[in-house]
Amino acid sequence: MSGTAHAAHHDAPHQPVFVGKVKDKLDALFPKYPTRMACLLPALWMVQEERGWISADAIAEVATVLGLTPAYVRGVATFYTMYHLHPVGRHFIQVCGTSPCHLCGSDEVMKAILQQTGCGEVGATSPDDRFTVVEVECLGACGFATPILVDDDFHDSVTPERVAGILARYP
Amino acid sequence: MGFPHPSHSKETVVLSKYFGDADARTYAGWVKRGGYEALKKALGMTPEAIIEEIKASGLRGRGGAGFPTGMKWSFMPKGDNKPHYLVCNADESEPGTFKDRELMRWTPHQLIEGCAIGAYAIGAERCYIYIRGEFTEPWHVMTKAVEEAYTNGALGANVFGSGKRIDIVLHRGAGAYICGEETAMMNSIEGRRGNPRIKPPFPAVAGLFGMPTTINNVETLTAVCHILNRGSAWYKGLCLSSPKSTGTKLFSVCGHVMKPGNYEVTMGFPMKDLIHDLAGGMRPGRRLKAVIPGGSSVPIMNAAEAEAALCDYEGIVAQGSMLGSAGFIVMDDSADIVYEIYRLAKFYAHESCAQCTQCREGTAWTTKILERILKGQGKREDLDLLLDLSEQMTGKTICVLSDSCATPIVSGIKKFPEEFDAYLSRAKAPALAAV
Repeated sequence: MSGTAHAAHHDAPHQPVFVGKVKDKLDALFPKYPTRMACLLPALWMVQEERGWISADAIAEVATVLGLTPAYVRGVATFYTMYHLHPVGRHFIQVCGTSPCHLCGSDEVMKAILQQTGCGEVGATSPDDRFTVVEVECLGACGFATPILVDDDFHDSVTPERVAGILARYP
Repeated sequence: MGFPHPSHSKETVVLSKYFGDADARTYAGWVKRGGYEALKKALGMTPEAIIEEIKASGLRGRGGAGFPTGMKWSFMPKGDNKPHYLVCNADESEPGTFKDRELMRWTPHQLIEGCAIGAYAIGAERCYIYIRGEFTEPWHVMTKAVEEAYTNGALGANVFGSGKRIDIVLHRGAGAYICGEETAMMNSIEGRRGNPRIKPPFPAVAGLFGMPTTINNVETLTAVCHILNRGSAWYKGLCLSSPKSTGTKLFSVCGHVMKPGNYEVTMGFPMKDLIHDLAGGMRPGRRLKAVIPGGSSVPIMNAAEAEAALCDYEGIVAQGSMLGSAGFIVMDDSADIVYEIYRLAKFYAHESCAQCTQCREGTAWTTKILERILKGQGKREDLDLLLDLSEQMTGKTICVLSDSCATPIVSGIKKFPEEFDAYLSRAKAPALAAV
C-alpha cells in the first residue's frame, strides 16, 4: 500500500498493470485461494496502488488476467466504496462523520478541511489536483474522534486547529 | 494513532493487558510474555477436547450475536474429507466499536495464536482474516506479524513440529459495512459483491468456496488463547451477574465522555460505573441523556435504563436493549437525538447492499423523512410513517442491516418523543437547511 500515485491522464493509452513485479505479486496470491476469482479484490487494490485509480481499461485487464468478464469485474468494483473508478487528487482524504464522531464535532473538522484544501464541497477535488475529500462512514476509531485517513495514513483526534499542520505534510 | 489509557483499577485486564506495549507486537516479545504456549498446548490436545474446553468456558461470540463459540465449532462436520475454513471477522465497522482495531494494533500475535487454535479445532488448514480496507495500520501490523509467525514455525506446513498445517491469509476489504455480515464476508473473499446469502445452508455446511466454514470475531479468537492457558473454570468464574455471560469483554466507550476508550471488564459490570467512573463521566455541567450500547444497531437507552444496566448479554436486554458488539455511543444533554438517529439512518442507507427491497427502499426513505423533520418541514403523520416503515423493515430481509436501521428509529421515537415533537411543532429551529 504505497502512497497513491498521481492519477493518469484520461486519454493516455493503457499500459498493462500486471507485468514485472506487480504480476509476480498477483501470481504469489493464486496458491492462497482455491479460485482465481478470489484474487479479484486484491487485484483491484494492486491496480489502485499502481495507478491511483481504476480505469475501464484496467478493469478489462483485471478481467483477462483472472478469467472473468469486464462487466463482472466492474460490478464488483462498484460495490466497494474504496475503489476509485475516476481519477482523484494526489492525496485522498476520508473524514469520518458517523454519529459518534458527529457528537464530537466532526462537522467542524470537515468544514476546516474543505476550506483549507480548496475542495469546497464533499466529494470534490481541489483545483490544483492536490486533494480529494470525502466523508466516510465510521472509521472504527470512535474513541479517537475525529479520525481521518489521508491516503494510508491514519490521524486521530483531529480538531479544526490541527488541520493545517496535517495538510502541510501532503504536498 | 491514539495511545491507550493506563488500566483503571476496576478493569479486569486479560486481552488488553499489553495495549500500549510496543514490544508485545513482535514475535519474540509475545513469546516472552507467555505467547504461543496456548497454541502448543492445543496441538497436544484433540480438536474435540479443545471444543469441549471452550464450551465449558461459556465463551460467546464477541462480534455482536453472542452465539456460544464452542457450540459453533462443534457444528463443523467430521471426517468429511473436504477442506474446512476458518474466517476471522476483522471488518469492525459497527459505529461506536473500536476494540478489534486495538487488539490487532497492539497484540497481533494474540490474534494469530487464537486463529491457529481455532483452525486446528475445526479441522481447517487455512484461516482467512478479513480486515476492513480502512484499517491501514492494523493491516501493516498484522502483515508483519504473520510473516514473523511463519518464520518462527508458528504457522506453515508443520506448526511447531506437530505435523499440522495451518496457514493464515490476510484479505483486505475495500469499504463496505455489510461485509462484516458473515455470509457477505464469504462472498467478498470469493471475489464477489458483498451481498449476504440466504441461510440455510449455514456456513458450517456450505460456507466459503462452498466448504464447511466457521466465522469468528477477533475478540472471540483472542479470548480462546487465555481459556486454553488458564482453563475453562477460571474463565467461567469471571462473571458478576448472569451465568450465561462469562469472561471479560472489551467495551468501547465513545461520544460525550471525558475519557473515551476501550475498557476491559468482567461480564456483568455495572454500566453506570463504566460510563461515570472508568470513562470519566460527562463533561462539566452536562448530564447523561442516552446510550446506544451495542454499536449503533440496537435500541437506544435513556439515562435511567443505562444507569440501571449490567454489562452482559442478559443485563442489557433486561433494560430494553442489546449488548451487540459493546460499542457504547454516549450522549449528554447537548445531543440532538433526532439528528443522531438521522445520521445513523443515513449510514444504513449508504451501506445497504440493496438486494432486498425493504432495506434498499426502507433505509433511503426513513433517511429522507428524518431529513424532512430536521428541515422543519415534518408532518405529524411522519412519526407513524416512520414506525410503519420500520415495521416493514424488521425481520423481512436476508440479513439484519434493515432491522438495524429501524431499531434506533423505533426506540428513539418511543423514548424521546419530545425531541421529535420540538421539530414537528416548529418549537425548535431546523437543524438542516431547507433547500
